[in-house]
Amino acid sequence: MSALATALAPVHQQYLVEARQMQALSFVAHIPLVAFGISFPAMVLFVEWLYLRTGDPLYGTLARRWTRVVVALFAVGVITGTLLSFEMGLLWPNFTARFGSVFGLGFAIEGFSFFMEAIFIGIYVYGWDRLSPRAHLASGIPIIITGFTGSWMVISVNAWMNHPGGFQLRAGKVVDVHPLNALFGNSYLWHELVHMYIAGYIVSGFVVAAMYAFGRLRGRWGRYERTALAIPLTIAALAAPVQVLIGDWAARDVATTQPVKLAAIEGLAKTTRGAPEHLLGWYTEGQVKYGIEIPHALSLLAFHSWNAKVQGLDVVPPAQRPPVNIVRIAFQTMVGIGTLLALLGLGFLFVRIRRKRLPESAWFYRAVVLAGPLAVVALIAGWVTTEVGRQPWVVYRVMPTADAVTGASGIPVGYATLAVVYVLLACGVAWVLRRLSRAPLDIAPDQQGV
Amino acid sequence: MLKALPLVFCLAGLALYTVLAGADFGAGFWQLVAGRGSYAERVREQAHRSMAPVWEANHVWLIFVLTVFWTAYPTVFGSIFSTLSVPLFIAAVGIILRGAAYALRSGTQKPLELRSIDMLFSIASLLTPFALGACAGAIASERVPAGNAVGDMFSSWLNPTSILVGVLAVATSAYLAAVYLAADAARLGDPELERAFRARALGSGLITGAIALGGLAVLHSDAHSLYHQLVAGDALSTLIASILAGSATLALVFARRFEPARYSAALAVSAIVAGWALARWPTLLPGLTVQQAAAPHDTLVTLVVAVLAGGAILFPSLALLFRLALTGRFDHAQAGPTRGAGRVLSASIPRLRSRVAVACLIAGVGLLNVAEAGWAHALGVASLFGFIVIGFLALVPGTLSREEALTRPEPDEPRGST
Ligand code: HDD
Ligand code: HEM
Ligand code: HEM
Repeated sequence: MSALATALAPVHQQYLVEARQMQALSFVAHIPLVAFGISFPAMVLFVEWLYLRTGDPLYGTLARRWTRVVVALFAVGVITGTLLSFEMGLLWPNFTARFGSVFGLGFAIEGFSFFMEAIFIGIYVYGWDRLSPRAHLASGIPIIITGFTGSWMVISVNAWMNHPGGFQLRAGKVVDVHPLNALFGNSYLWHELVHMYIAGYIVSGFVVAAMYAFGRLRGRWGRYERTALAIPLTIAALAAPVQVLIGDWAARDVATTQPVKLAAIEGLAKTTRGAPEHLLGWYTEGQVKYGIEIPHALSLLAFHSWNAKVQGLDVVPPAQRPPVNIVRIAFQTMVGIGTLLALLGLGFLFVRIRRKRLPESAWFYRAVVLAGPLAVVALIAGWVTTEVGRQPWVVYRVMPTADAVTGASGIPVGYATLAVVYVLLACGVAWVLRRLSRAPLDIAPDQQGV
Repeated sequence: MLKALPLVFCLAGLALYTVLAGADFGAGFWQLVAGRGSYAERVREQAHRSMAPVWEANHVWLIFVLTVFWTAYPTVFGSIFSTLSVPLFIAAVGIILRGAAYALRSGTQKPLELRSIDMLFSIASLLTPFALGACAGAIASERVPAGNAVGDMFSSWLNPTSILVGVLAVATSAYLAAVYLAADAARLGDPELERAFRARALGSGLITGAIALGGLAVLHSDAHSLYHQLVAGDALSTLIASILAGSATLALVFARRFEPARYSAALAVSAIVAGWALARWPTLLPGLTVQQAAAPHDTLVTLVVAVLAGGAILFPSLALLFRLALTGRFDHAQAGPTRGAGRVLSASIPRLRSRVAVACLIAGVGLLNVAEAGWAHALGVASLFGFIVIGFLALVPGTLSREEALTRPEPDEPRGST
């Protein structure tokens, strides 16, 4: 047995950086797709419910057209996710070999969850007009539930990597393993899960709304388009301000569990009482240059106290610090975009409630067109904050990323191949979505209204 | 016993993957060799139509096998994936291309687009089973040692046994697909396609059988201990079972009894997977037994419970999907367009709901952002979700602007459906 424990010994991998970038690339491809996977089916189902309730064919058409988008995105989500699970072994065999018994269960349950999702997506999509309307609507509900449980399971793994527990290390061996405790008894899980789930609605809400807002700027603005814009935009507008509040919670959790990550986020070199916060700027030589300083703000935000002590990067040796500027810039990007999206959302809600109509200014719709891609950027920036901020650890303070990597050669070849495949895939997805949106509307013109 | 149970799950999953996704890969093979012309178009169309509703569910068996395997036998997983990184990467790229082809197909309009996407799909459908089969061959012929990338990067999977198993995987897929597609064509009442796929099933069945039997000679020289187990050891019974089931399938296809042929074909293939496992039992990798490689006790117990519980939900759902797909419920529209309740949605914003939503928001800020306790945070998150949901319900019924509240369509208007 003892020979076994060292069977997968750490190796020197010349291309560690490439391996990490390959992992990051695959996430960047997967995450926006699954943001749709967890939220968009709920919107489709809501529209179908409106259709059953009112009998208005407009809703039927809208639900069907969106269903086609769900199918295409789901397929791509599934394959990019499959690649991720291959990469757990292809890139990080030591990580999986040592800790698979601790976190693997999360993925196993996730597997079932996606299984159910795939089954019911099959039934839902091919069941239009084949099942009774009620049965069809009902067949969509498991998709929403499994989208949630699936993301819950994966994120419980990620939260465990950030705040590991539920096992003991003895002489390099993992013993005393309690997988349920490791995955679900983890205080770090909850903010990540809620923040990501809401991010899913923000991303799909703004991206879908952006499509129709773009159409409006081009003069496509019938009853159909207005409905198709208002539903996702209302969700996103409500979710965006809430995300700021959840983000504050996330930051306070990070402050207590991963002080070094927080220090990197803020560019705080030395442990300080009453620490200030810096907006913008560039971290160099132990301080933030060219930033706007807000005194005491960090202590106040992170610990709710004017003079609270905030740990700086100096609490760990330089080799154990993450790359500060990447983390900082990613974080500021997310927060900046998050604030703008929240303001846009509040503006929309104000007009909607006070004037009881949709906004009319072209500027508003230009802003919505921008909000779509920006929401995706915020999503990715948030994950970069979390993942790069955890460096140099793959399992926080337990296993360095360098010990997890594969000994196989040829990483650059794989990386290049994958990059090409993803570029093609992105073009393909853009092409098919364009095609689907160009398909002629099939409601009779007189119902389309003006 | 407990230590071997997850392996049994993995093998069952693998057999199901081989049988179900195998048919899916094989459909790609027949699309490739269909040639040109309108008849070939119909072959392609049928191959696509039969698989589209179920391919994702079939594919997830692979995910199931991977996740259970890396939880229960983590070191084995790490060793296999680091040594066999090349073929596994090829398989992964093949899977990406196949899935992309499914996603893109719905956007095609011109025949040329359709043909190029089908071509992509077909090539990926050959690549993936070959690569996965080559990995199985590598493990079966003991070319994957325990350790991080300890085995040879190329000779581990480019060797007679691996190539044999890879080719066999492709041939089996084609054979399974032909049987399934013949059954589908018979159900749809398309005699021409039925004849076509029946002939293909018979032909590819014979070829697959010939490769399998001829392959024994390859094993004899290249992987002698495996050969020995198969023809003289515990695995002999599975070999015989596979031959019997395979011959029965041919007879059933010949007699045009496609429904039972689906099952006996599946049996023949599963027997091969079982044979592989029996021949190697109890080692997983050279010098590494199931006992040694298994995860700690608690992990195994939780995993087994999770798989059993998951299976209890999964199998009824899967049965529902296949019942709908196989009994042809997905073939034709049956239900008419919806007779809606015709209720009018009000355009005004309900006061009460708006007030409750705002109250939820305020409570949420207090509980989540001001309070510190864990229970307060939980309540705070719940309130904020309440804000989003109730706020949405308050705002959306009046979605459209003042002047044009949603009204029910006039009775004489046609009710739309696509
Ligand atoms: C649309 C997406 C989106 C938006 C608008 C925001 N975030 Fe975010 N954020 C995410 C999407 C995201 C994410 C991608 O979903 C992350 C990555 C990991 C996680 O749990 O959520 C994340 C992580 C994340 C973390 C790190 C958590 C960790 O390491 O565990 C913090 C501190 C914040 N966010 C804070 C904020 C604040 C203060 C925001 C307000 C303006 C904000 N986020 C807006
Ligand atoms: C924040 C992180 C993640 C979230 C929220 C997430 C969520 C999802 C969702 C909702 C799906 C369903 C497909 C879709 O809707 O498009 C999916 C698919 C998938 N994901 Fe992820 N995922 C995440 C990260 C990962 C990681 C890290 C892995 C593996 C290491 C992974 C592996 C998979 C796999 C294998 C599938 C395909 C399942 C199938 O075949 O149906 N995901 N993911
Ligand atoms: C939820 C499940 C996730 C799991 C299990 C997971 C797992 C991993 C693993 C194993 C690594 C490689 C080791 C390392 O570099 O530390 C990694 C790195 C990375 N991941 Fe995640 N990850 C998850 C979510 C995400 C998401 C959603 C993103 C989105 C963009 C992401 C971005 C990255 C980046 C950028 C790196 C490279 C960090 C660096 O090397 O500097 N991760 N992650």
